[in-house]
Amino acid sequence: MTTMNKPDFAGATCPTPHQAKETVLLGHGSGGTLSRELVEQVFLPELGEAAPRTLDDAAIIETAEQGQRLALSTDSHVVEPLFFPGGDIGHLAVCGTVNDLAMMGARPLALTCGFILEEGLPFATLRQVLASMRAAAEEAGIYFAAGDTKVVQRGSADKMFINTSGLGVVDQGVQISGANARPGDVIIVSGTLGDHGITVLATREGLGFETDLASDAAPLNHLVQAMLAAGTIHVLRDPTRGGLATSLVEISEQSQVTLLIEEDKLPVKPAVRAACEMLGFDPLFIANEGKLVAFVPPEDAEAVLATMRQTKYGEDATIIGRVLEAGKAQVQLQTAIGGTRLLDMLPGELLPRIC
Amino acid sequence: MKHLDEYRDPAQVKTLLRKIEELVSQHWVIMEICGGQTHSFLRHGLNALLPPQIELVHGPGCPVCVTPLEQIDKAIAIASRPEVIFTSYGDMLRVPGSSTDLFSVRAKGSDVRVVYSPLEAVQLAEAHPDKEVVFFAIGFETTAPANAMAVLLAQRKGITNFSIITAQVRVPPAMEAILQAESCRVQGFLAAGHVCAVMGFHEYLPLAEKYQVPIMVTGFEPVDLLQGLYATIRQLEGGQALVENQYQRTVSQQGNTAAQQSIQQAFRAVDRKWRGIGTIPQSGWGLRSELAAFDAELKFEVQGLLTQESPLCIAGEILQGLKKTVECPAFGKECTPQNPLGAPMVSSEGACAAYYRYHR
Repeated sequence: MTTMNKPDFAGATCPTPHQAKETVLLGHGSGGTLSRELVEQVFLPELGEAAPRTLDDAAIIETAEQGQRLALSTDSHVVEPLFFPGGDIGHLAVCGTVNDLAMMGARPLALTCGFILEEGLPFATLRQVLASMRAAAEEAGIYFAAGDTKVVQRGSADKMFINTSGLGVVDQGVQISGANARPGDVIIVSGTLGDHGITVLATREGLGFETDLASDAAPLNHLVQAMLAAGTIHVLRDPTRGGLATSLVEISEQSQVTLLIEEDKLPVKPAVRAACEMLGFDPLFIANEGKLVAFVPPEDAEAVLATMRQTKYGEDATIIGRVLEAGKAQVQLQTAIGGTRLLDMLPGELLPRIC
Repeated sequence: MKHLDEYRDPAQVKTLLRKIEELVSQHWVIMEICGGQTHSFLRHGLNALLPPQIELVHGPGCPVCVTPLEQIDKAIAIASRPEVIFTSYGDMLRVPGSSTDLFSVRAKGSDVRVVYSPLEAVQLAEAHPDKEVVFFAIGFETTAPANAMAVLLAQRKGITNFSIITAQVRVPPAMEAILQAESCRVQGFLAAGHVCAVMGFHEYLPLAEKYQVPIMVTGFEPVDLLQGLYATIRQLEGGQALVENQYQRTVSQQGNTAAQQSIQQAFRAVDRKWRGIGTIPQSGWGLRSELAAFDAELKFEVQGLLTQESPLCIAGEILQGLKKTVECPAFGKECTPQNPLGAPMVSSEGACAAYYRYHR
């Protein structure tokens, strides 16, 4: 051991931050707190009166006829790589917008699609993506009502970006919103968490996990219609970027309620759990593309759960928690060993641990 | 998962908690050195289950938190150069320097990339001979062997466009610095298991004896942490000050000698400044003089940087276990993970970030 002088701790401080963000950062697209800041501090003030009225997955538009409403949603898709186990950008683009409509309880009718293509993109790649979009549209039971294509110079886009907008109809009596969670509601997820995010990460980064993991991307509109037939649904959300944790925090804030989630009830595949342990990630923050979380009044929970389990995309559905009380927006996690902690949104990008 | 579930077994956790409760007779202050251990305590909600007599304080064991501001400013200056591909582990990109961070530098057009290993940076240098590839070599003894291997590999291959910014630190001198401070309250240590997996724990024997403090080499799972705490308290209650090894499945007294050899080949112990704490003698690894060609600081001659410290942040006191995160007036107000005043609020291993995330 080296002989040491006493270190001088007097006036020990930490550096000044740069609080103001002057440019868009990658983390602004993470779906977490930075994304919310972007919407609340830039988009909404700048758009003023023209801004969206709610920040749910889709907008509900009243029509002249009593009881009948339209749902409208739009989403852009940028994914690297374009193809990954279990899906590709086209499949994702259709499922993402179908699901945004479905999460308001809407029956999707039609989609529009806009393409931004990079000069030099092989037709074979484009055809493969379009075939995949067609298959997803047929499964969801919708059609493409309009489309648009722009081509940009090589280097101005990464191969292919797709925007999809969707129009749907909400049936009379269906009232679903992130603001509708009530004390006593049972919280259900439709299947295992993190499959999509870990699949894309492992493919993109070439991490070489030897697993049969595949993306879970899927259109959930038929599952939602089956659920609506089985009972009342207060809240639906597909926990995409930011994962289940971010969705739950958003819902607790929209509804001003405290949620309690039980860690040992969370369905996570061993391969996803292992990858997360290795990288220092939490499956609760990993993106899903074919899963939903539902808040259901206790008297309807068993019927809804049983119905979900009879469907293709809900066979692993399980109850993970409940709404405790109103008045305080908070998500508590009861850990598997009996402790409790808070769940918060992802602050920015998901970053692997150092050691 | 095998080898993991058994260390998260609720029944074992309950038994250990009961044993600790039966054993403890007075107030004890125990420091977990590693940020990974801090996160594990909070992530599993263990801290709330412990008897109130046990006060856990959080040590300086977060590689991102202790990297000095000057090094971050130098990294930002180097990353901003047009000929440079700057590579780093992800966490480092979010840490604020004096006026900006590496993510913002990337957003403005610099080539900043996240890598999972310094060997990837060497591969990048091979693939881009017209560019200068720089790796930000931060971390404790856990990352030092890989950083050493990257430099030695580049040397062996004759790669001249690869260099590293060294900001590597050593745990034992930091522990001694904490023990030497007059304000020190720490009565026992949970030593970082993965550091000991590389270095062994022979370096801790003279520390335990000189300062009469129990040091328990401890893993990261709930059962590890509680076993480590139990054994530390047993020593404290019995008036002992020994080095013991709870993490026997991974750690031996001599550690990984091959990894230690790589470190010795590439690095030498140097005085190192710790962010928020100050300079601790012989607490860092610097490149050996014969490898100076791989030292990015020499290669790019970054000078004239003005670093600026904040009067609001008390990270230094937190990293020494003198104050708790929640005692900081800025905690959760001026200082959040989105707008961090100091590194402990940024890093995934930072004590402030752990409290903010799990226990606000």
